[in-house]
Amino acid sequence: MTPLDSTQLAPVMVVNDHDHGADHDSPTQIGFWIYLMSDCIIFGALFATYAVLGGRYAGGPGPLDLFEPEFVAVETALLLFSSVTFGLAMLQAVKGNLNRTLVWLAVTGVLGAGFIGMELYEFRHLIHIGAGPDRSAFLSAFFALVGTHGLHVTGGIIWLVTLMVQIKMHGLIDANMRRLATLSMFWHFLDLIWIGVFSFVYLVRLV
Amino acid sequence: MSIETISPLFGRLSLDWIPYQEPILVGTFAAVAIGGFAVLVLMTYYGLWGSFWRDWVTSVDHKKIGIMYMVLGFIMMVRGFADALMMRAQQALAAGGAEGYLPQHHFDQVFTAHGVIMIFFVAMAFVTGIMNFVMPTQIGARDVAFPFLNNFSFWMTVAGALLVNISLFVGEFARVGWLAFPPLSGASFSTGPGMDYYLWSLQIAGVGTTLSGINLIATIIKMRAPGMKMMDMPVFTWTALATNVLIVAAFPVLTATLALLTLDRYFGMHFFTNDFGGNPMMYINLIWIWGHPEVYILIIPIFGVISEVVATFSGKPLFGYKTMVWATACIMVLSFIVWLHHFFTMGSGANVNTFFGITTMIIAVPTGVKIFNWLFTLYKGRVRLELPMYWTIGFLVTFTIGGMTGVLLAVPPVDFQLHNTLFLVAHFHNVIIGGVVFGVYAAVTYWWPKAFGFKLNDT
Amino acid sequence: MFKYIKYLLAAAGAFALSGCQYHILSPQGWVGIQERNLLVIATLLMLIIIIPVLIMAVYFPLKYRADRSDLSDYDPTFEHSNKIEVAVWGIPILITAALGWYTYVYTHRLDPYRPLDHLQAGIPIEVDAVSLDWKWLFIYPEFGVASVNELAVPVGRPVNFRLTSSTVMNTLSIPALGGMVYSMAGMETQLHLVADAPGVFPGRAAHYSGPGFSHMTFDTLSMSDADFDSWIANAKSDGTDLGRETYLTLEKPSIADPVRYFATVEDGLFDHVVEMCVDSGTVCAGQMMMQDKMGGGGIAGIPNAAAYSYDSKRAIDGLGTLIDLPTPNPEAFHEAFLNSPDYICGPSARKEAVIHVN
Repeated sequence: MTPLDSTQLAPVMVVNDHDHGADHDSPTQIGFWIYLMSDCIIFGALFATYAVLGGRYAGGPGPLDLFEPEFVAVETALLLFSSVTFGLAMLQAVKGNLNRTLVWLAVTGVLGAGFIGMELYEFRHLIHIGAGPDRSAFLSAFFALVGTHGLHVTGGIIWLVTLMVQIKMHGLIDANMRRLATLSMFWHFLDLIWIGVFSFVYLVRLV
Repeated sequence: MSIETISPLFGRLSLDWIPYQEPILVGTFAAVAIGGFAVLVLMTYYGLWGSFWRDWVTSVDHKKIGIMYMVLGFIMMVRGFADALMMRAQQALAAGGAEGYLPQHHFDQVFTAHGVIMIFFVAMAFVTGIMNFVMPTQIGARDVAFPFLNNFSFWMTVAGALLVNISLFVGEFARVGWLAFPPLSGASFSTGPGMDYYLWSLQIAGVGTTLSGINLIATIIKMRAPGMKMMDMPVFTWTALATNVLIVAAFPVLTATLALLTLDRYFGMHFFTNDFGGNPMMYINLIWIWGHPEVYILIIPIFGVISEVVATFSGKPLFGYKTMVWATACIMVLSFIVWLHHFFTMGSGANVNTFFGITTMIIAVPTGVKIFNWLFTLYKGRVRLELPMYWTIGFLVTFTIGGMTGVLLAVPPVDFQLHNTLFLVAHFHNVIIGGVVFGVYAAVTYWWPKAFGFKLNDT
Repeated sequence: MFKYIKYLLAAAGAFALSGCQYHILSPQGWVGIQERNLLVIATLLMLIIIIPVLIMAVYFPLKYRADRSDLSDYDPTFEHSNKIEVAVWGIPILITAALGWYTYVYTHRLDPYRPLDHLQAGIPIEVDAVSLDWKWLFIYPEFGVASVNELAVPVGRPVNFRLTSSTVMNTLSIPALGGMVYSMAGMETQLHLVADAPGVFPGRAAHYSGPGFSHMTFDTLSMSDADFDSWIANAKSDGTDLGRETYLTLEKPSIADPVRYFATVEDGLFDHVVEMCVDSGTVCAGQMMMQDKMGGGGIAGIPNAAAYSYDSKRAIDGLGTLIDLPTPNPEAFHEAFLNSPDYICGPSARKEAVIHVN
């Protein structure tokens, strides 16, 4: 019995470069999933903040005074449809149909931009009447939660446009398909968060 | 200065904030400037700039990035240690009601900077560096999953560290303690640019750490050598996995919390103010929901280091590998349900305090199991008493005492007496120095030959 | 020289420790005694396991060192043992269970919110403590007097503290009597203590609170009923009146204040401090919460923001002096932000944006 026994427990493997690529698919998907989870926790903290501060109006206006259900419904519809159109773009991309992919991505981008436009309009309106984020803890929490989501969507649109240019230039190559799949996860994730925002911030307070 | 000015571009920082009237800071600046200039001259003289840029700054090699993290940690440790000496000197000189040599404005910054630097830029840099260097080699990966991202994470951490150091000569640092509890850290009670430096540096370094955590998890999940199952992984890799899961789960909370405080300070929002319905207690909850897992982020990789060192220098496989893995997993999960023990004195009521007190004690069980496993690895071994082993024995003794004081503090009525006292300070220095720093030294001496090709002189 | 180094070290250690006080280990009140007992119980329980660990941590590496003469007990296959596993999980679990039981019992017994009536130690006295920047204000509502930086309590009678803060978070700590609880602005917390022996016990703010923190200490005078009555009488004859206006002056930041007394205290002052509305013209927190329950002040309430403002009037700089913040003029800022982006980063930005008050 020699002290070397213990080292023989470790598997001895000869890794050759060829196999390496075949055995391991790209870590991008899993990495992006983990990123989305961490982003989810950021939103979790913001939702918790809203839950604590959502009722602190400091003599200022509350949700009933500020939010219009129809407006928010249209906003929500825009974002939900953009998720559908992104799905259609993915289907076309899988079929290898470059132009239709680009068209559906463009529609997605326009719907997303419409959503952001409406949100900015709402923010501008609130600030204009004096119900800005510094008026009460409720408004601070509202602006932070909805604004963070809006920033994410804005980032998503920029990414979308960049990706459209890349697809236009290089076609539906593997790298672009991977990027498309990642962006698709991001876009649907934002949709999911918005459903939370919509129910938790707007719906619950207005009913 | 009786007027606070806020510029949209520079925030609270203005030329008036350059502390040219403070002899200590001017002297330090002169020393830093001369030393920095000497380094620049020497690097130019020996023509090192090209290789510095190509081989280090822009390197995506996980080993080099790991080494750079360690260098960052050691440099910042000098700074943090200087802060500690200044604090103790002031306390000694100010005994019995004397003034001492630091005005409160300066002392409060030193005291805040010490905590921030030691946790974020020393301990975090050390454990991230060790994980970066060791983990991919242990699982047979050529590099981490996203090598460029790894380099980016490192430089984000450096950017945070640089901001803290720049604040020494341009403006001031925060005067709030290392966790910056509001309302003290809010716009009204922390005027001046110091608190903004704090927020920006921690925000940047924190995002870098989150990205690094994502990177290392993806590496462990996806890049293991063919045939290596999870239960075949070395214990250090297991602890690295647990740590990075904690990082990804906890650091986003820090990001969100600091962002909210930033909004409070920059846009006059009211998350953590006393007025307009804000709630400072929410900050204390949020920051500790990050802060408690954070201390486990620091110590869990060290558990892995100690496991490797003890097994190697005892000439035996680690005692109870599976137990070790499960104990690590237990600690990882439990670390998220104990945060309230940091503020038993906030008046949460006996039931809440009991719950969090007992969950905290439960963490001592898996931690105790780990210590026993190390001891039984030594048992019937052939222990070579070399440098890493000495650090390990030091770790076992000091960390055990630190753990015992930790459990004492977890008993709410005992904590009512010991909270915020030197006992508490001693407890966490016992576990951070006796635990993290000793463990890091063990790791550095243990893996030094792997990094640099020669063994450090033991004598 | 080296021969004496251990004596020198011992002397240095003794010198370093000579500044220590042992109030936690020799408390002077029931709460503190209970907490000390628990500290001892918990320590002893843990020593059951800590001492063997410490011994093993030093003994094993020495006994099994590689250069020992007889290597026959070297067993590299010894990496698992069910017996040891059961012991290393079982014993800590048992100890934790015992400690958990003590924790449950004592945490409920020593809940700072629990009145000490069960001691049957006499009629409790009420003390309302406010942590100001950077001094303590103690109000005795039953006697209508107040003191700054001095707390007097009658021996043997429970003291019911109500705590709050005027600005930042703080903690009232009198180690000789027992535990501490945070004081926070806009909130009322409670603490119940009792002194069993006469004496002068140090008390302090135990939560870092800004530039004047280290001077925020006070003496706790534990005295007989007769002495306490004369202390009250002295405060009544020696002191000035504490009305809302006086309070607002007292509240201004100051460091290392001398002890002072107030002969009268305006009714409901403490409640107004808790609700952050000592200043007339500000809305009380309770009223605000009631309003919130009803759905807020509506659009019409938007211009009333100033009545809810509290912190910015109390802004301080790093040396603890009051400082003016730029007047909040959100409308102008938002207008500029939305309509002229130049305002943010254009060359004229700084001049306009730097708002000097005075």
